[in-house]
Amino acid sequence: MVYWLQQMLNALQLGSIYALIALGYTMVYGILTMINFAHGDVFMVGAFFCFLAATYLGLPFVPTLLLTMIGAALVGVLLERLAYKPLRNAPRVSAIITALGLGLFLENFTLALAPYPKHIPPLLENVTWDMGGVSLSSLQVLIIFLSLGLMFLLDYVVHRTPVGMAMRAISWDKTFVPLMGIPVDLIISVTFAIGAGLAGAAGVMYALAYPVIDPYMGIMVGWKAFISAVVGGIGNIRGAMIGAFILGGVEIMVTAFFPSTYRDFVAFTLLLLLIVVRPYGILGKPRTQKV
Amino acid sequence: MSAVLKDAWNGLLDQAWLVPALLLIGFGLAFAIPEYNLLNKYIQLVLMYIGINIILTVSLNLVNGYMGEFSLAHAGFMAVGAYTAALLTMKVLPVAAYPVLFPLAVLAGGIVAAIMGLIVAVPSFKIRGDYLAIITLAFLMIVKSAIENIDYIGGPRGIPGIKRLTTLPWVFFWTVATVWMIRNFVYSKYGRGVLAIREDEIASDLMSVNTKRVKFLAFMLSSFCAGIAGALFAHLLQFISPRVFDIIKTTDVLIMVYLGGIASIGGSILGATAYTALMEVLRPSTMAALFNWLPDLIFDPLNQYIIQNLGVWRMVIMPLLLVLVMLYWPRGMMGQREFRGFIPRRDRDAYRRINAPVNAPGEKP
Amino acid sequence: MTLLEATQVRHLFGGLCAVADFNLDLQAGQLMGIIGPNGAGKTTIFNLITGVYQATEGSIRFKGTELVGLTPHQITALRIGRTFQNIRLFRDLSALDNVRIAHYAQADYSPLEALLHIGRYRREEQRIIDNSRRLLAIFKLEHLAGEMAKNLPYGLQRRLEIARALAIDPELLLLDEPAAGMNPNEIDQLMEFIQWIRTEFKLTILLIEHQMKLVMGICERIKVLDFGETLAEGPPLAIQNDPKVLEAYLGQESVG
Repeated sequence: MVYWLQQMLNALQLGSIYALIALGYTMVYGILTMINFAHGDVFMVGAFFCFLAATYLGLPFVPTLLLTMIGAALVGVLLERLAYKPLRNAPRVSAIITALGLGLFLENFTLALAPYPKHIPPLLENVTWDMGGVSLSSLQVLIIFLSLGLMFLLDYVVHRTPVGMAMRAISWDKTFVPLMGIPVDLIISVTFAIGAGLAGAAGVMYALAYPVIDPYMGIMVGWKAFISAVVGGIGNIRGAMIGAFILGGVEIMVTAFFPSTYRDFVAFTLLLLLIVVRPYGILGKPRTQKV
Repeated sequence: MSAVLKDAWNGLLDQAWLVPALLLIGFGLAFAIPEYNLLNKYIQLVLMYIGINIILTVSLNLVNGYMGEFSLAHAGFMAVGAYTAALLTMKVLPVAAYPVLFPLAVLAGGIVAAIMGLIVAVPSFKIRGDYLAIITLAFLMIVKSAIENIDYIGGPRGIPGIKRLTTLPWVFFWTVATVWMIRNFVYSKYGRGVLAIREDEIASDLMSVNTKRVKFLAFMLSSFCAGIAGALFAHLLQFISPRVFDIIKTTDVLIMVYLGGIASIGGSILGATAYTALMEVLRPSTMAALFNWLPDLIFDPLNQYIIQNLGVWRMVIMPLLLVLVMLYWPRGMMGQREFRGFIPRRDRDAYRRINAPVNAPGEKP
Repeated sequence: MTLLEATQVRHLFGGLCAVADFNLDLQAGQLMGIIGPNGAGKTTIFNLITGVYQATEGSIRFKGTELVGLTPHQITALRIGRTFQNIRLFRDLSALDNVRIAHYAQADYSPLEALLHIGRYRREEQRIIDNSRRLLAIFKLEHLAGEMAKNLPYGLQRRLEIARALAIDPELLLLDEPAAGMNPNEIDQLMEFIQWIRTEFKLTILLIEHQMKLVMGICERIKVLDFGETLAEGPPLAIQNDPKVLEAYLGQESVG
């Protein structure tokens, strides 16, 4: 019982990091029906911003987090403006390939500037409580609650504010929405900024939990977050959150029973089976083709 | 003047003996170069990589260009071919029989990869576009982590000490054979079916194209060739591990496909050659060798600050190149065009204007 | 002889009944029209016949072969050709390739022969090319053989689509609103043209149309659909005077 509680706590921690990244995938897909494969690397760039802010500027936690989120958001918008926007009317494959290329570029560019893995200094004092055998660290609590807070904030923005309404309108229709006076380009950029900002936040939290970072860390975590988004039904924000916690849970359970090297195998097999059986995910809706 | 030259050129291209003659010369060279060391060892090595990359690019183009799907699984099929062939030559086949049995090992690599191709082909019946891309990605990851978890084949450490059996003549042979088969496939009812699926899958089904069968064959052929390339690659590099066949390897091939241009065999050959050559030129050692004629005063700082850092920066240039190609050159070198020489004469003649009036029954519409 | 027979065909989209109790008895050589307001289920019937949708209930038989349960390419290979309401050519391929693709089922060679370009491949490919060129010539498109379908003007695209459907060598041709977007003069030409291909290719034709002029002008029998149900069936004159039809479809004002 104690063991299970401990594992569930770990799953929650992992799941909330996945969820923050998955939101970026799903928001961009929802609005542009495009898979932003560079998103995992924005998360990595976020972790490196966190390293820079904490080491070179010596900032404490909250300014580091804010600065990282802003920096990551800028990177996201930059990618969108320079690379994706010119391709908006090109075949969809072009955008996917460009995204893959940008991801690889971010990885190798970071590698060229930072050839060795970096250590993040401890930004917060980590207290561990023992609750009847279950160990709970203040860091875990922070990660879980901060992520949940950001998710609720996003959910509020998307469902309750004019910007969110504009986002949903654009994802519904791209031909007539601009005629209603909605600044489509701006809203798309905002979407990228929010998604990238959340990935930046995830980068900070990941760096706090696993303090050694390297330029390729975004690949696997990014794919996992992407799986979460697909599992939940890509394009669906609440689905992405659910998917992330499911994947976090599955991964923790796999490592509890099997050697940890089986984790990726199980995660991707799950993805494959899910897409074959239910391509539109848990909360997604099937799209039908008209003849 | 140029018209005369053009006619002469086209006349030459129409000669039936041209292709066999070129192939014969190529084969002769492929034997002669290593035998008499006509080119230095490094250039021979680069030529072999170019051949392998041509196989990979042309075969990926079949799925990503002609069929218009987006597969990321190519490195996975390559891994399957590489491991199959390497295990055969290292653990099964007798050492004495290598020269004879190596082609069989390569063929086996291709066949096993083709069977794995089914894993991607079957979902493609129902699923298209982004979701199929995800499936191919999942396949790649599954292959990689499956290999990592099997100790018998070295797990994450891979297989070192593979015999170097890949030679220039073999690379030449397999390159010609696979490119020829894919070209033949493309210019057949199945190849036209592949194009029709790219354009409109439901309409092709309603025009009697057996879309499942066509997809099945296209994926099998594509992964078969990737397996062949993997087998050759393993016996050239002499070391394989799951990391060799990760997503970056697929991205390499993708760049070559889109650089050369989709739905073009000639383009893929050009793209693979240009890209492989470019990447080799950007190697620090090659660059240093190319520029060491400069006076020391210029060469030393150049070498110290730029050339020696190229190892990392060429990895930055590569993806940037891909993005730039997509943005400013979306058709690549030969997008949806083809060298005359690759098009069967029958297909070229099909478009020739008929001078005699066709005996059209009726005067409608 | 009955060529196509549909009995008690029903099709539901979710809870919505798109086609209810559809019956059809199409005689070989006949030219029949299906009319009805938008959303009456006309195109759905074509999609049911050609296997794009599977009928929820009922049976559709072509020359005695049950079509329900077969895939579209199997049904097409039984020699049923069709066109589409909004043209669905292979836009980025040449006019010739559009027609050649439709020879898929007739091309009698194996994948191995295709891979090596040996055996039956050569003979069959030549036959397909000859036949495709013949069809393009009949439709006065041979000079555009190398042109991409999307670059053809609208009228020629419609023509090419019919040429492509005929490449299947159909016994039954389904035309989905062939006169859409045409002016009265063009419709006259089209009527003549349909009559002509019908005799030339020995076709049985089932067509969907909104243009009363065309339907009344060339169809031997007409079937009227409304909300998935059959309102009336009969020769043009009887349909024109059927009060149910007048009320539901033509509207009370347009009598005469």
